[in-house]
Amino acid sequence: MRPFTYERAATAKDAAARAARTPGAKFIAGGTNLLDLMKIEVETPAHLIDVNGLGFDRIEPTADGGLRIGALVRNTDLAADMRVRRDYALLSRALVAGASGQLRNKATTAGNLLQRTRCPYFYDTNQPCNKRKPGSGCAAIGGFSRPLGVIGVSEECIATHPSDMAIAMRALDATVETVKPDGTARSVPIADLHRLPGTTPQIETALDDGELITAVTLPKPIGGTHIYHKVRDRASYAFALVSIGAIIQKDGSGRVAVGGIAPKPWRVEAAEAAMPGGARAVADGLLAGARPTQENGFKLTLVERTLGAVMAQARA
Amino acid sequence: MRFIINEHSIEADVDVRTSLLDLLRDHLGLTGTKKGCNQGACGACTVLVDGERINSCLALAVQYQDREILTIEGLGTIGDLHPLQAAFIEYDGFQCGYCTPGQICSAVAMIGEIRRGLPSALTEDLALEQIGFSEDEIRERMSGNLCRCGAYNGIIEAIRATYAEESAQEREAAA
Ligand SMILES: Cc1cc2nc3c(=O)[nH]c(=O)nc-3n(C[C@H](O)[C@H](O)[C@H](O)COP(=O)(O)OP(=O)(O)OC[C@H]3O[C@@H](n4cnc5c(N)ncnc54)[C@H](O)[C@@H]3O)c2cc1C
Ligand code: SF4
Ligand code: FES
Ligand code: FES
Repeated sequence: MRPFTYERAATAKDAAARAARTPGAKFIAGGTNLLDLMKIEVETPAHLIDVNGLGFDRIEPTADGGLRIGALVRNTDLAADMRVRRDYALLSRALVAGASGQLRNKATTAGNLLQRTRCPYFYDTNQPCNKRKPGSGCAAIGGFSRPLGVIGVSEECIATHPSDMAIAMRALDATVETVKPDGTARSVPIADLHRLPGTTPQIETALDDGELITAVTLPKPIGGTHIYHKVRDRASYAFALVSIGAIIQKDGSGRVAVGGIAPKPWRVEAAEAAMPGGARAVADGLLAGARPTQENGFKLTLVERTLGAVMAQARA
Repeated sequence: MRFIINEHSIEADVDVRTSLLDLLRDHLGLTGTKKGCNQGACGACTVLVDGERINSCLALAVQYQDREILTIEGLGTIGDLHPLQAAFIEYDGFQCGYCTPGQICSAVAMIGEIRRGLPSALTEDLALEQIGFSEDEIRERMSGNLCRCGAYNGIIEAIRATYAEESAQEREAAA
């Protein structure tokens, strides 16, 4: 691990301002992604700003009937909250489908949203990777691409965003609240938080340098049956090949977000109109324009079949 | 830096890069906690912090000052085994033993999670606070601890036997 200096942030504004001002600064929350990447020198921050003392560890009702989740609420605590279990069950289910008990005790809401891809070449500093080293090429295209993305990808990068929680947040229309280095606050819809790679896969989010996430807000509950179905290579403690987060109403209408296939939680609102008609039509809409590799084309079929299983479960 | 480890207050002057795992093993000689993958993927390094299980390899020591850290050395000793340690011996919960301290620390905290009603991926009705204690439930909740020797059946049996009361309730409910 490269040397770095360390400080504990006193306030959110201060943290954001100092992060923007200090070259090579990064926030550290649970550290379960950042420290992993620092050990292998994929991440080499010169300065760490520990945000764990900032509070932001509460889950509170909002004035319009929703829920405001602090950026530092641990994944375990979020999944266990009775209001989440009752009104936003999809979020609980997605959280407990991810990582392990130990990791969820450390992982935070903001850290989970901003975790980086698990592309094996991103992790291997001997390999070309446009995300890790812009302009160096992409070893995954033409390499071992089975776990990687099929849609929203580019000629430069086919990595996926690995978060389960983010899939639920996308289906629930969450909003990310931040503080910028100049002290102003803003709200970013979850749909706009993650960027597609295009020609700049190293730029992953809409956040500015030093911008700190303070909370994630959920709008008022919409009812329906909440299902998170994750397909992976082993039954637990593995990232998704494909995952479906769905909220389905009695009349068959609903929302679907898909994980494991794209650089961001994948949702196409227009495709949801076809939901009462069955999985095939919805999958066609969700996957229009897909560009799978030879190794990961199976994900297209897997999305349709997993969605079919989810819809059948909702009807049962 | 000051740490509270197994109820003892300890001063240690370590580089800010030191993981909690390396602090325990390399600086304090507490080698019961094991280093398997060093990347959060195996659970061998599991310790308890304020009663909760975490992977000590993905933790910076500097972030854990003044927290209550419990390692396998604090859980039991050769002369005074923790009931779960005794059960691991009785039920063949290990072969080489490398994953065992992590398994035991993890299981102790996992029981606490069940008692507090935390849901798992197998919890069917999220509204219920009473969580079952079935074999599948334990397997799912212990999935963060790998065992290369494949002693899983013995591990599950040891856990179920130690917390027999809960297992009995579970069987009763199923009947
Ligand atoms: C073995 C293993 C298996 C896993 N399996 C899964 C899985 O199946 N599904 C899944 O979804 N995840 C999985 N994970 C990933 C895990 O969920 C993430 O590591 C975790 O959620 C990251 O949260 P953290 O708080 O530890 O983030 P950190 O590591 O502290 O931070 C991650 C990033 O977010 C930034 N950051 C943190 N907080 C803020 C903030 N408030 N504002 C702005 N930036 C911030 C940091 O600077 C850093 O860039 C796995 C991880 C491991 C190691
Ligand atoms: S897919 Fe993206 S992250 Fe993976 S090697 Fe290519 S550029 Fe890097
Ligand atoms: S050594 Fe920490 S999880 Fe493997
Ligand atoms: S007993 Fe050998 S790894 Fe588990």
